[in-house]
Amino acid sequence: MESLSNRKKVLDQKPMNFWERLYLPAIFQGMAITFKHMFKKKETIFYPEVEREFSENWRGLHSLKRDEQGRERCTACGLCALSCPAEAITMIAAERQKGEENLYREEKYAAVYEINMLRCIFCGLCEEACPKEAIYLDGPIVKSDYLRKDFIYGKDKLVEEPLKS
Amino acid sequence: MELSFIIEKFILITVIFLVSLGIAAYSTLAERKIAGYLQDRVGPNRAGPGGMFQPLADGLKMFMKEEIIPADANRFLFIAGPSLALLTACIGSAVIPWGQDMVIGDRIIPLQVTDINVGILYIFGVVSLGVYGLMIGGWASNNKFSLMGAIRAASQNISYEIPMGLSIIALLLVTNTLSLKEISEMQHGGNWNILYQPLGFLIFMVCSFAETNRTPFDLPECETELVGGYHTEYSGFKMGAFMFAEYLNMFVASAVMSTLYFGGYNYPGMDYVNGLVGPIIGPLIGMAVLFAKVFAFIFFFMWVRWTVPRFRYDQLMNLGWKVLIPLAIANIVITGIWITIYDKL
Ligand code: SF4
Ligand code: SF4
Repeated sequence: MESLSNRKKVLDQKPMNFWERLYLPAIFQGMAITFKHMFKKKETIFYPEVEREFSENWRGLHSLKRDEQGRERCTACGLCALSCPAEAITMIAAERQKGEENLYREEKYAAVYEINMLRCIFCGLCEEACPKEAIYLDGPIVKSDYLRKDFIYGKDKLVEEPLKS
Repeated sequence: MELSFIIEKFILITVIFLVSLGIAAYSTLAERKIAGYLQDRVGPNRAGPGGMFQPLADGLKMFMKEEIIPADANRFLFIAGPSLALLTACIGSAVIPWGQDMVIGDRIIPLQVTDINVGILYIFGVVSLGVYGLMIGGWASNNKFSLMGAIRAASQNISYEIPMGLSIIALLLVTNTLSLKEISEMQHGGNWNILYQPLGFLIFMVCSFAETNRTPFDLPECETELVGGYHTEYSGFKMGAFMFAEYLNMFVASAVMSTLYFGGYNYPGMDYVNGLVGPIIGPLIGMAVLFAKVFAFIFFFMWVRWTVPRFRYDQLMNLGWKVLIPLAIANIVITGIWITIYDKL
């Protein structure tokens, strides 16, 4: 049958000749190749000092967004937690008091909002689920750490910096 | 035996011991660096400038790890295995002549711990003892992977000792002596044995790869089939001892190859340099040259490791019994004929 991909190769299993059976020429050939690689440009990216460029739709650390007036957008509806396949998100909701209108956009807000970065698989479903456009995975790589408890990121690490004015 | 003799030997032994430990430690770093460079990476470079202190960090890590002895393992043998491997790896360097005799005042100080007249046989014995460490360790672990690794180590060493011995016999036909010191002296003035025994050297080198359990003959520890081979159950410092023994063996094998075939401490223009710098510095330069050769061999070991894939077990045995042994015997015959004709001329 005709090959569709045109990549089919017919291998011939002819017996090895004397030089091939000696192995040594092939070994020297291989060693010459590896030796050449010693002087090639190294591919290593020295990570903490140098960061590689990510694609546009790279999903990194989450950030909880603020609106144009610097108020937190999240209304603690819990849809992100519900959509999360890894059960990484928990939150405690609270009601906005009088005088806090400049802090929270909606009447209900997340008093505690935690993402466990060890559970999170960076799928981005929380971002898709959010009706308030409050959470985006637009941050850097999550930093390594020594203790499990340090991977539970609270609002102090997740919420965007307040607007400067 | 005078006191100065004892002090002299003591200093020499200490220095050689420390140097070989240092070289073994830094071989681990060199291995990782070379592996990196051959694979377009840079290797470890965080501990100290350019990764200089990586061996210390590794050693520290090995010490801090939990020592686990499996419940059904034979405790005594389990500890004896790595100790024996380390011990035999250390004593191999005793008969290697590191340089010409040093003359201080009217004392002649040989840069060799001991010149026994069966030096090559001694090295042979020590190297084949090394496999007992692996065998005992693998057997005592009470683990089928370890046992497989140990069996492989044993049969591999036995098979490769024969062509190694045969290639040495051809060398002995040329040199007429077993003493490493005399062999070194004979190669003075560019008269290196590699010129007379190229095939013998090739066989010897392939066999020393097998004896030191280096890729492509690292079947005893063969990660892909046997988890870790004979050291599957080992952790912490005992694991470190096995690793260390491997690198020490590599160092000794390199030193033996340099001494037997590549002129040892001899280098072209040696007499001229010795005349310039005198009888104390001269031997030290010779020693540096020997070390340069040793490092070149160690590099070669690593270079091969990161190029050639591991042999299959039947291929290994085929190579040993069906290729190397006939080749080595042919080499003896050819050498014998050549020497007879040469003498008649
Ligand atoms: S990215 Fe996926 S796994 Fe991570 S918190 Fe959002 S929904 Fe959960
Ligand atoms: S981040 Fe979005 S989805 Fe999650 S609780 Fe807040 S508003 Fe709801």
